[in-house]
Amino acid sequence: MTTETNRPTVGPQDRASGGLQLRGITKRFGSLVANDSIDLDIRPGEIHCLLGENGAGKSTLMNVLYGLLQPDGGQILIDGTPVHFDNPEQAMAAGIGMVHQHFMLVEVFTVAENLVLGREIGTAGLLNMKAARSRVRELSTRYNFAVDPDAVVENLPVGVQQRVEILKALANDAKYLIFDEPTAVLTPQEIDELIAVMRSLRDEGRAIVFITHKLREVREIADKITVVRRGAVVGTAEPTASEAQLAELMVGRAVSLTVEKEPAAVQDAPRLVINGVSVAGASGALVVEDLDLDVAGGEIVCIAGVQGNGQSELVEAVLGLLPVSRGSITLDGRAISNLKPKQTIDAGVGYVPEDRQHDGFVGTFTVAENLVLNSFDEPPYARGIALDLARIRSNATDRVAEFDIRTESIDTPVSSLSGGNQQKVVLARELSRPLSLLIASQPTRGVDVGAIEFLHRRLVRERDNGTAVLIVSTELDEVAALADRIAVMYRGRIVGVVGPDTSREVLGLMMAGVGLDEARTLASTATAPAKDEAPADDAALEGNRP
Amino acid sequence: MSTPSTVTPTTTGAEPAGSTAVTHYVESTEKRRQRLSTGVLVAVVGLLLLILLASTSGVARFALSDAFDAVQLPTVDVPGAPTVLVCGVLCLVAGAGFISGRLRGRLPALAGTVAGVAFLLGFLTWAAAGRDLPFPVSNQFAGTLTLATPLVFGALCGVLCERAGVVNVSIEGQFLSAAFAAAVVGSLTKSVPAALFAAVLAGVAMAALLALFSIKYLVNQVVLGVVLNLLAVGVTGFLFDQLVQPNSAKYNSAPVLEPVPIPGLSSIPFFGRVLFEQSVLAYLAALSVVVVWLLLFKTSWGLRVRAVGEHPHAADTVGISVTRVRWSAVLAGGIFAGLGGAFFTLAATGSFSKEFTVGNGFIALAALIMGRWHPVLATVMALFFGFVTQMASQLQTLSTPMPSQFLLILPYVATIIAVAGLVGRVRAPAADGIPYEKS
Repeated sequence: MTTETNRPTVGPQDRASGGLQLRGITKRFGSLVANDSIDLDIRPGEIHCLLGENGAGKSTLMNVLYGLLQPDGGQILIDGTPVHFDNPEQAMAAGIGMVHQHFMLVEVFTVAENLVLGREIGTAGLLNMKAARSRVRELSTRYNFAVDPDAVVENLPVGVQQRVEILKALANDAKYLIFDEPTAVLTPQEIDELIAVMRSLRDEGRAIVFITHKLREVREIADKITVVRRGAVVGTAEPTASEAQLAELMVGRAVSLTVEKEPAAVQDAPRLVINGVSVAGASGALVVEDLDLDVAGGEIVCIAGVQGNGQSELVEAVLGLLPVSRGSITLDGRAISNLKPKQTIDAGVGYVPEDRQHDGFVGTFTVAENLVLNSFDEPPYARGIALDLARIRSNATDRVAEFDIRTESIDTPVSSLSGGNQQKVVLARELSRPLSLLIASQPTRGVDVGAIEFLHRRLVRERDNGTAVLIVSTELDEVAALADRIAVMYRGRIVGVVGPDTSREVLGLMMAGVGLDEARTLASTATAPAKDEAPADDAALEGNRP
Repeated sequence: MSTPSTVTPTTTGAEPAGSTAVTHYVESTEKRRQRLSTGVLVAVVGLLLLILLASTSGVARFALSDAFDAVQLPTVDVPGAPTVLVCGVLCLVAGAGFISGRLRGRLPALAGTVAGVAFLLGFLTWAAAGRDLPFPVSNQFAGTLTLATPLVFGALCGVLCERAGVVNVSIEGQFLSAAFAAAVVGSLTKSVPAALFAAVLAGVAMAALLALFSIKYLVNQVVLGVVLNLLAVGVTGFLFDQLVQPNSAKYNSAPVLEPVPIPGLSSIPFFGRVLFEQSVLAYLAALSVVVVWLLLFKTSWGLRVRAVGEHPHAADTVGISVTRVRWSAVLAGGIFAGLGGAFFTLAATGSFSKEFTVGNGFIALAALIMGRWHPVLATVMALFFGFVTQMASQLQTLSTPMPSQFLLILPYVATIIAVAGLVGRVRAPAADGIPYEKS
């Protein structure tokens, strides 16, 4: 897809010296060099993609630019003049705005309050909320955002919250807009809308920095691509570069973006059966409602959906972490609803939690200790009330070798490992005993591309062992790569179960709550033929198997 | 565990076909437990009233004015046994309503209120029935305001600190230091304004310690608060023993604030006596509620205070100095705590004695939490605490058959009922008690 069609000739800003320049920016945290002498040119009227893996130093660099961090070396130039930012206030005054990955919005405030926070409108210290509201209306009319100034932010959908975040930057008339991983929480349709917004801002002559690790988006929108690896710029690329080329540049070696797997040898009887299950959230609202799903041995079922549609609660209910209000869950014919988590684990359920830092391991414990967290109280690791430390260590040595866990030793605290290796520790622990069901939530979130390959292969191998595998993921690429069947979840219900080769458009519509049939009709009429995938959604539908 | 997620994606691409946008609710385990325990408690209270019915005889009399009032109002006679019976039955019905789980919408709050009022009325009727003296209603209300005055100041101090994200459990310590400063300076100068000024300074000084260690040195705020309370007890106790006690004429005879009747208003029957014959500090407390409300919700500073208490990082990214805003809020809180502390010395005897704020700082803290960190609601809760405390002391003079220690439990029983029925789930400022460190 080309981006040149609707791009106007940019006027006098397009000088060689114009725009924002980073020269040799270096930032260290202790012994870690997060940014190593980075150069970057950001020009008005351009969308500049900063591509790199998690932990490559993209966010650090942008926090330096936004004044949240101070560089240890290097210089920032605006229109050729050196500037220095001690805090975000100075960066904002220089025309830099940021749309943060985790929105910097006060959730209990209204849109108008969030917009004026830090640059309040009023006289003698008194707030003039009327002026603030009309400022929101004026801006949202100008950019065609439908945002109600009196809406409380926490009640707004994520996509609208992001628009509030964008409005905050625009209210300050930012000339340089940084978008930090803006697509992570959006549906495919919302991503399209965001891309349209970014283009129109670019066409106004603003400079846009778009931080991401998603290759597809980069190719769609970038005017210029800079790739960062381990804190250093490793190259630039044209938007015409292929995904494989970009991935190689980003990771530093050739990576396979697809998962090689045999066709599933699906067993006849489903092992996990979820029947009419409802789960209440903390407020008593039903976040999972009357949900049916089954997973057979030897297949991978992926639950796709935008974050916050009840996936986490469904998984926690299966594990016994949340009570099941209605319905039943059975595993191999045995009822497991409302068991205690320990009983569920003993029933043969393995679990890779979505927030591994919080739920997956104990960061200050060693690799060896974390590898037996689910079995330390049973033989062979326990002898009476004592731990058999020799066994625990030998187990750890075996697992570290088997799962290629890159750690200094088995006595290293897990918190000091990289995200990918932490996730390998969690998966190794869960797979170290025979399982009937493996549940993995966001198994590769925050994991480098190299480790993703490995983790995906292990998940497929577990499937081939005859385990029922249930994966929750918000990444459509991952869903498409792993799933034998895809269940799309929206507002606590399964919208439909489809085959793995369903097009992204159809999945995207379903993730917004559109039923399968209508989604297909809409996708086939609305899709431009130039899209990557052929509309293959007619083929290989094996949903609703008995 | 995951956070409650009610996030719903936008559907601007295409309207979802026949999707049900309605969220359905079931009762969560926590709410069920809360409802059942409320029901049982209310029912037990109802039963208690029915048991008390056996010892209720004669007529309960409630005096609307006392002998000193210019306008004499009649004394209301209430038949003892029937009233207690009706109140007991009302409590039982409300309890049954909670237990049945059939109460929807506004009904639980209504049932809670009915049960609370019925309990108070039934209990008072039982206590006053057949006694020689009538129950003095106007005294009850006037005393409520007096007792609530320091609580209101303390709660306002807490509101300012905690809205900015600094937990303040050292209101008690601030009270104590301010009371001490008011006593000493008041005695030396014989001037009320000077005493008030000294008290405010002492309150602000304690607040500065709280701010220094919690904001700059990131000390756990609850532990810090406890330590500050102990510090205040220790320092005032030491100075009292060594300096004040040996020479109490010089150091411990501060002027006393006399009630200031407001001309005109104070001669309104009943209400004049209750509302408009209070000390200067009581009027100041009422004014302070308005001031704090205005500050928090109508000024830029207030917006910033609330922002740093909810999401300090967001405030930081728009160029607000979290540290400075928190400091200012904690110090401003110290002013109110100082005024509250001065009340103990100046409104009563004009003298200080060891640890004589007797836990009022903690009650102010409770009022703040039950008042959901809102200045007006917190004031209402402070008045409620004042009411029950005053009632307990009034009942002692009626020589009820109940031991006086038991009467002192009353305020807290009433509190539990009120909280369960009226307040429900409370939500603190999101960053309350969490030190802010720049990443």
